[in-house]
Amino acid sequence: MRKIGIPEIEDIALGAALLGAGGGGDPYVGKLVAIGAVQECGPVTMLEPDEVPDDALVVPIAMMGAPTVLCEKAIGGGEYKTLYDTVSTFYGKPIYAFMPIEAGGVNSMLPIAAAARLGLPLVDCDGMGRAFPELQMVTFTIGGGSATPMAMVDEKGNSCIFRTVTNRWTEEMARAVTMACGGSVSVSLYAMEGKFMKEYGVRGIVTRSETLGSAIRKVKEVTDKTPEEAFLEITEGYKLFKGKICDVLREVRAGFNFGKVVLEGIGDYKGGSAYVEFQNENLSAVVNGELLATTPDLICLVDTETFTPVPTDALKYGKRVMVVGLKCFPLWRTEEGLKLVGPRYFGLDTDYIPLEERCKGGC
Amino acid sequence: MYKLGIDVGGTNTDAVLIDENLDVVSSVKQHTTANIYDGILNAVRAVLEQSGVDRKEIRQAMLGTTQCTNAIVERKNLAPIGILRIGAPASRGIPLMVDWSEDLKTIAVGTAIVGGGFEYDGKEIAPFDTAAAGAFFRELKEKDVKSVAISCVFSTVRNDHELEAAKLCREIMGKDVHISISSEIGSMGLIERENATILNAALYKVAQSFTEGFAQSLADEGVTNAQVYLSQNDGTLMTMDYARRYPILTIACGPTNSIRGACYLSKLKNAVVIDVGGTTTDLGVIQNGFPRESGVAVTIGGVRTNFRMPDVVSIGLGGGSIVRQREDGTVTVGPDSVGYRITEKALCFGGDVCTATDIAVRLGMAELGDKALVAHLDRDFAEKALAAIRSLCEDSIDAMKVSSQDVDVILVGGGSIILPADLAGAKSVTQHKFGGVANAIGSAISKVSGTYEQLMDYDKIPRDEALAKARAEAVELAVAAGAIRETVEIIDAEDVPLQYYPGNTARVKIKAAGDLA
Repeated sequence: MRKIGIPEIEDIALGAALLGAGGGGDPYVGKLVAIGAVQECGPVTMLEPDEVPDDALVVPIAMMGAPTVLCEKAIGGGEYKTLYDTVSTFYGKPIYAFMPIEAGGVNSMLPIAAAARLGLPLVDCDGMGRAFPELQMVTFTIGGGSATPMAMVDEKGNSCIFRTVTNRWTEEMARAVTMACGGSVSVSLYAMEGKFMKEYGVRGIVTRSETLGSAIRKVKEVTDKTPEEAFLEITEGYKLFKGKICDVLREVRAGFNFGKVVLEGIGDYKGGSAYVEFQNENLSAVVNGELLATTPDLICLVDTETFTPVPTDALKYGKRVMVVGLKCFPLWRTEEGLKLVGPRYFGLDTDYIPLEERCKGGC
Repeated sequence: MYKLGIDVGGTNTDAVLIDENLDVVSSVKQHTTANIYDGILNAVRAVLEQSGVDRKEIRQAMLGTTQCTNAIVERKNLAPIGILRIGAPASRGIPLMVDWSEDLKTIAVGTAIVGGGFEYDGKEIAPFDTAAAGAFFRELKEKDVKSVAISCVFSTVRNDHELEAAKLCREIMGKDVHISISSEIGSMGLIERENATILNAALYKVAQSFTEGFAQSLADEGVTNAQVYLSQNDGTLMTMDYARRYPILTIACGPTNSIRGACYLSKLKNAVVIDVGGTTTDLGVIQNGFPRESGVAVTIGGVRTNFRMPDVVSIGLGGGSIVRQREDGTVTVGPDSVGYRITEKALCFGGDVCTATDIAVRLGMAELGDKALVAHLDRDFAEKALAAIRSLCEDSIDAMKVSSQDVDVILVGGGSIILPADLAGAKSVTQHKFGGVANAIGSAISKVSGTYEQLMDYDKIPRDEALAKARAEAVELAVAAGAIRETVEIIDAEDVPLQYYPGNTARVKIKAAGDLA
């Protein structure tokens, strides 16, 4: 158990941008929402998963809809109380703690705001260990968990809770409600008991996010090694390539941003080339014709000077980036995990080979 | 008739006189003074003396100034203000100025978030809470606040609530109250737009002082026949009255003017402009004669905003950049600089610091100071320093390009002698004898604009017809503002559909700009 205040939020937000692996949305507005809540209601208590009783009700919090709408309407502040009431009434028992469903991007921040406003603890655990584009892409699906009953509320006080027969219906209904409510809503989904969370959740991910953020912030202060060495050591990252962006191809299909960024080597990589393909998040990295990393391992692009993460929507010609691979949560590497988020699910014609094996022999 | 262009920078105040064919008649550089008035006075006096032009023949005077940027960065002369956000119950989760530094937060004497605002499609979130807003304005009046910032959720889609609030504010606080509304200042993204609006409100005194200072210095020099304008950061001009209302729009007009001036001197419409100063080098891009706008949030004095800004990259390289040799033999240039003390510190001027300028003199790229004083510099060392300068500059050119194709490059600014004439990625490198005062020239040749904004129902008037009408109206507004009709072009156009509005309504906004008559 420890406290999360404003300095911790700053670092978690920076780390969450890295764990977004190119997607997840800019955590900036989320960070302001979390800071606003903590300024008003005080710091949040964060629990380790094992500190949560087995039968306690744990509820993940997220936002759904267009990030651009969130940037304009923000969060009212009353949504989390409405969510609490809706969910606890439905289950007939109080919510014990909140948690993030997605540690990467904007959704990393909102559960902190919810916890602050309700005076409830936050659990150091999520369902992805990164960001993913689709609702069912959580470790809880592997354990047989269901997204619904899912509660949705808007800032005006409207709320609903629904059960669906398939994930496709969940998406359909959620989309309809989101649009009717003005394009962005707060949601709780995959509500679960403590025991289930401990078994399938990605433990310690908020702390990891904070460690990553703090490392990026302080990378220039390191004296005994180069900033790059320090960055790779703390993130346990595999340096895949360093280059200049020489082309970005984008296409919007079925509500997702598909694309490919092409890099031309600089420094030690001069003369080489690489490309990274993405669907909201980065999916694969190919260096000099060789596939070096695929989903569900994290492929992150960071600025070569500041090591701040570069999301897919900020890719532009001339920017200098380092491509870094981070190992994903082990559960994603199982057969069930790969069915949900493996390379073949995203249309890549390759089997999954763990990052560290692909990189064996130097990268 | 003549045009007088002035640029007040942090170090220098430049002035140029331009004749009716837009040819430069004379130009001067003077030091900027603590009170802007004296520096302008000196520059105007010098440029008039040098040219011998009859001051009555000056019909237009344009000023570009960094006063607003400096006021924010240095936290000086900012006015106490009130801030109203319309949007509850939405947006309340993020308090006003939530991530501002404590010292800057003190400018807010009173803040309130009241009911109102819109959804992305123009539907009301809640009716505008006039009672709460009225009570807030009365409280500000009691506290003798003279400037108010008003923002509203999705006011970029519909600004009705902001306008209603402004009207109410004026009724309660009196007609002299300075009101800044967010829909006139920023674009999508409530927090960034609101931040820019708050800064605008806090700058009203600074604006008053520089507009009055400029007018006074012109009057004192006998320039009494001139229309007076201020430069905006999009390369167009605004009247003194407009500048007093929207001082924030002058921020970053320096780089904009430099870019436009460089474009004018070189006759190129598309190029990368490199402005080399004493300490830093600014790189910008000219696209169809106007500076390329930045697509990302811009931070001013630690405050994140999103209003339009030229896309400029600054690097720590200038004429005064200090050159050093490391133990391993590598040579570094900058980012620290001797700055304005170059004439006493640099080797070629008898000083003891090796600067980028000394390298240029040593390698015979420039005739400056005393060549003999740099003769002792090792040729290999000088070549290495030049390579470092080249690589800094070439990397930045590359970062400003949008494709791998070579681009035209224009060099301006006093420090441009330190750059080699052949740069990788450059199709051509152009310099001009007036390049040192490109910013004042940019100010003098600025265009004048008109903006037309209206809700239009495409069911009543078809879209093509409606947009044609809006374009014609914008052209008329530019002409009314003083533009020559034949030169007016549409420089910005947007129409945003409002789904939940009756009929098939869109918000149409067109900006036209042309040369001053």
